[in-house]
Order: sequence, then structure tokens, then C-alpha cells
Amino acid sequence: MTQPNRSDPHSIAAHEHVAESSAGQVAQFEVETLSLGQRIHRFFHANPTAAPALVLIVSVLAFMLLVGERFLAPFNLSLVLQQVTIIGTLGIAQTLIILTMGIDLSVGAIMVLSSVVMGRMAVDFGLPPSLALAIGLLTGAACGLLNGTLVTRLKLPPFIATLGTWNIFFALNLWYSKSEAIRSQDIEATAPLLQWGGTAFELFGARFTYGSILMIVMFCAVWYALNWTAWGRHVYATGDDKDAAELAGIRTRRVLLSVYIVAGIICAIAAWLLIGRTGSVSPQAGYTANLDSITAVVIGGTSLFGGRGSIFGTLIGALIVGVFRNGLALAGVDVLWQEFTVGMLIIVAVTTDQWIRRTSA
Amino acid sequence: MNTSSPILQATGLVKRYGRVTALDRADFDLYPGEVLAVIGDNGAGKSSLIKALSGAVIPDAGEIRMHGKPIRFSNPMEARAAGIETVYQTLAVSPALGIADNLFLGRELRKPGILGSIFRMLDKAAMQRQARQELSELGLLTIQNINQAVETLSGGQRQGVAVARSAAFGSQVVILDEPTAALGVKESRRVLNLIRQLRDNGLPIVLISHNMPHVFEVADRIHVHRLGRRAAVIRPDTHSMSDAVAIMTGAMEVESSVA
Repeated sequence: MTQPNRSDPHSIAAHEHVAESSAGQVAQFEVETLSLGQRIHRFFHANPTAAPALVLIVSVLAFMLLVGERFLAPFNLSLVLQQVTIIGTLGIAQTLIILTMGIDLSVGAIMVLSSVVMGRMAVDFGLPPSLALAIGLLTGAACGLLNGTLVTRLKLPPFIATLGTWNIFFALNLWYSKSEAIRSQDIEATAPLLQWGGTAFELFGARFTYGSILMIVMFCAVWYALNWTAWGRHVYATGDDKDAAELAGIRTRRVLLSVYIVAGIICAIAAWLLIGRTGSVSPQAGYTANLDSITAVVIGGTSLFGGRGSIFGTLIGALIVGVFRNGLALAGVDVLWQEFTVGMLIIVAVTTDQWIRRTSA
Repeated sequence: MNTSSPILQATGLVKRYGRVTALDRADFDLYPGEVLAVIGDNGAGKSSLIKALSGAVIPDAGEIRMHGKPIRFSNPMEARAAGIETVYQTLAVSPALGIADNLFLGRELRKPGILGSIFRMLDKAAMQRQARQELSELGLLTIQNINQAVETLSGGQRQGVAVARSAAFGSQVVILDEPTAALGVKESRRVLNLIRQLRDNGLPIVLISHNMPHVFEVADRIHVHRLGRRAAVIRPDTHSMSDAVAIMTGAMEVESSVA
């Protein structure tokens, strides 16, 4: 390599030294060193979670100043965690799919359908709760299989495939539930296992639910799968450049299908946690969950163009939305401004992503 | 050199696409330790020939032999398993993944013991060590961070990563498709050196290129393809570039195809 090596800190230091001692070398100096902007760009390019993490820290500090102690109270912060449990869990599924350059508009519908199946199996048909849960998880897997088949076999764009299945799953959910909710007392009496996610415990004045702990465990598990297994590398490679991945010997159709099935199962787990959180089963729940999960992924720094992003970015993205909603509510700001702010966050996040994705600043 | 038997040989390959005959009883020989360039005009059937050899296309007729034994590849994976690696013009690297990840893409190493068998854990340390070793053997040590995303590399370095991958896994033959087409002068030079080095390490190379000076610089023999078949095999020291172009275009005929 005879080209200037831009990432070597020694050469940067050396050139700064040269530039200090001789004014005649300024032109050379400009070519061979990095501007502050370039260094920042490089850092964010190499660390995809850094930008959302920074936003989270700044927003927590801002609300601390704006709202005061009430916001920082352990109880309130753990409440934020509880509030993001469902969207965070769906965000895991959504991240996997967006990493493959797809999008899943049906995650919310899969969740609601699975929760209705779980509830009816246990309450109306009197199956053992664990069996009802298993059938609900299978329902999610089947929904994912359908999405994956439409994408890999019929070669439909994921947006269209899941737009279709969103409506189908939602209609099935209304049909199967007869548009009736299952009351919390009935579930409690027959299948308390389905409400397990809502069980809470206190720790240092904070109140955690099993559901939010399970969500964090799932984030860790998916992080491991994405970063430490061949499957994870193949998910990234497939989303990054599908043709290249195929030429490199990856069976991309299989990878895609597995991603949609795993996403379906995660949505069904979200269904279980949803029953825990609300206590009941409602066929009308989670209608905005699709878009909220995409919001969490995007604010978390995962690129909609596939192959780039990190799973913990999504957790941070969900937390950012949660912090804003909670903080603005505590500050007494009208709900409509919460929506406004989330909208701004999305636009800022995608703009930042566009900038970070550029390989040379 | 031609006293030894060919490592990879094709006879009478035919491939038709509807009414278009891409390969018309094409022959091909590759001998151990040589760089064989394949040249030909656009549409002469070069890529069909190469695809047949790398398993991407199944010929309608004809025979491919490796070490004298007839073989049939029904997909590129099978050719690869037999030790034939292809570096595609598009490189087939994943830009956002690191160098080591790319080198082992699709053939990752797992940790020994239950970490690997049950938890499917990747042996990142071993892959990075081998990737570093492979790159330094090819003189690509200027790439310092083995986990650097491939998209941050220059065109020549990316080519280097793709070539290193094929060299690492290609035990028998490496096929390079237009490796210098997208590169500048300096980077082309580096890739040509890389090709020589691979040959000196004992790997026979098939080089598809449009660039006559590059072909005449590194090739030991030149296979000229015309109208779906081998028109001639010439040597850079017995024929000139204009001869090669003349054979390619049909302006000159060569009696014997054994150079």
C-alpha cells in the first residue's frame, strides 16, 4: 500500500507533528489526516449502536432536567421497561427481518392471533395451559412459515406479502375470537400460566415483570445467534447482498425462510407477554404494534436496506420511544406531541443512518 | 509442461439456450501449475464454458474430467467441494461483513466441544488467525484489521480478499473472471502479482480477461474461444497480441490447437 493510511493513528499523529513544524506542508496535511467529522463518521460506522445509545443517554438527561426526580425514580424507569416489553419483543422479530432487507407488516397481527389462540385453547377448550401456550407458539411459527413461503417461493416483495398476511391474520383473529375478548378473571381461573409475564417483583425500589426480563433474555439470545453462529452471519450476508451470499455458497432461501419462522415464534412469545401485561385477551389489541416495532428498529440504527444494524440497537430504540412518551407524559405534554416527537425521531434516525452508511465521509 | 496430464479437461461440451448455441463442441485443457488465459469476443461462449467448469451450468453434451476421471457438477457447491473455486467478476463478497467473516462465509468454523456442537458457537479466533495467515501468504499484509468491513477496502484489496478466499479453499483449480476489469493500473498490477504467486504456490489458474496486455503478461497458455468452441491455444512467446485478436475475430486460422 502506497496510499496514505487513514486509519493509522500513528501516521495521523506524525502528520500533525509535521504540520506543526512546517507551514509548507499544509496541503499534504489536508490529504493525509482525518477531519473531526470523518473521525466521528468512522466511529459511528464501526459501532452501529453508538448513535442510538447516545440519543438514549441525552434524552434521559434532558427529561431529568425537564421533569426532575419523578422521572429518574427507579419505579418510573422500570415502568418504562415494562411499557416497552411488547414493542421491544416484536422489535426483535422485526430486526431479524429488516436485517434480511425485508419488512414485516404482520408482526402485530401474528401476535394478536396467537394470543387469541392461546386464550381460547385454555379458557374455552380447557386444554392444559402449557399445551395452549405451545399451540399459540405453533400458530406464530405457522404464520411465519406462510410469510416466508410467500417471500421465498412466490418471490413476493416482503412489504406486499406481509401487507396481505397482516389483513388475513387480522381477519382470522376476528373470526376465531368472534370479536370477543377473554376476561382477565377467566384466564386467571383456568390458565394463570398465560399471565406469567405480568408477575412482578421489586428490586431496589424498582418494579420488574417476568415479561420484561424475558424480553431482555431474548435480546441476549438473538444477539448471540446473530454474532456467534454461522446462521447469524448468513442473515447479515443475505440482507447485505443476496446474490453475493448465494455465490459464496449460502442457501439464502433457507436463511430467509428460517428468519420468517423465528420471527413468527418471537411474535407468539410477544403474544404470551401481552396476555401477561394486560391480563386479558383482546382481538382489538396491538393494532399499531406493526409500525411501532418498525419505529423501534429504525431508531435503533438498523438500516432498512438490510445487512446493517444490531439487535441491541432495537432495544435502545424501543427504550428511546418509551423514555420520550413517559417523559413527555410526566411533563404534562399533550399526547399528540408524543406522536409528533416520535415522528421527528424516525426522520432524524433515518437521516443519520443514511449518513453513517456512506463508506467515506 | 504438456508432458503431464491435464488436471481439468473438457471435451465436446455443448450448451444450447433455445436456438442459441453457446457452446458448440468446445474443448478445454488445464495443466498443473499453469496460468491458462481464456479470451474471446463477447458472446463467444467464454462464460458458458467457465460456468460449465464451475458447476453453474450443466452442459447438454460433452464430458468434463478431473485428473482423468469423468465428473458431473449439478451446482457450484459440488464443483467447490471438488476443489474448484471461482472468483466471480462481482466478487461475491458481503460488503458490511469483515474480512475474516467473508473469507469463511458459508464454511464457518465452529468451536470444538459442546460450545460448537450444541451452541453452534463460531471459532472466531481460529478463523481470524487463518484469514490473517492466508492474506499474509499472498502478500496482502497491508490489510491490518482482519475484522474491517470489506466495503472500507479499496477495489484491489476487495479483489485480494476474494482471491484469498478462493486460494484458501481451492485445492485444485482457481477460476478468476475478469479480475482486473474494475481496477486501476496500480491495483491491477497487484492482482497480477497475486495470480503469479498463486501459480508459484502450485495452484493452476484459469484467467478470463478482456485485457490483452494483462493476459500476455501472466498467462502461460492462451485459450482463444470463438463461436462457441476453442479456436486455438497459443503461447504468449510464439504469438503476438494482434495474432490473438485475429484468431478471436476469425481473421486468422490456426491449424493445430496444441501449442
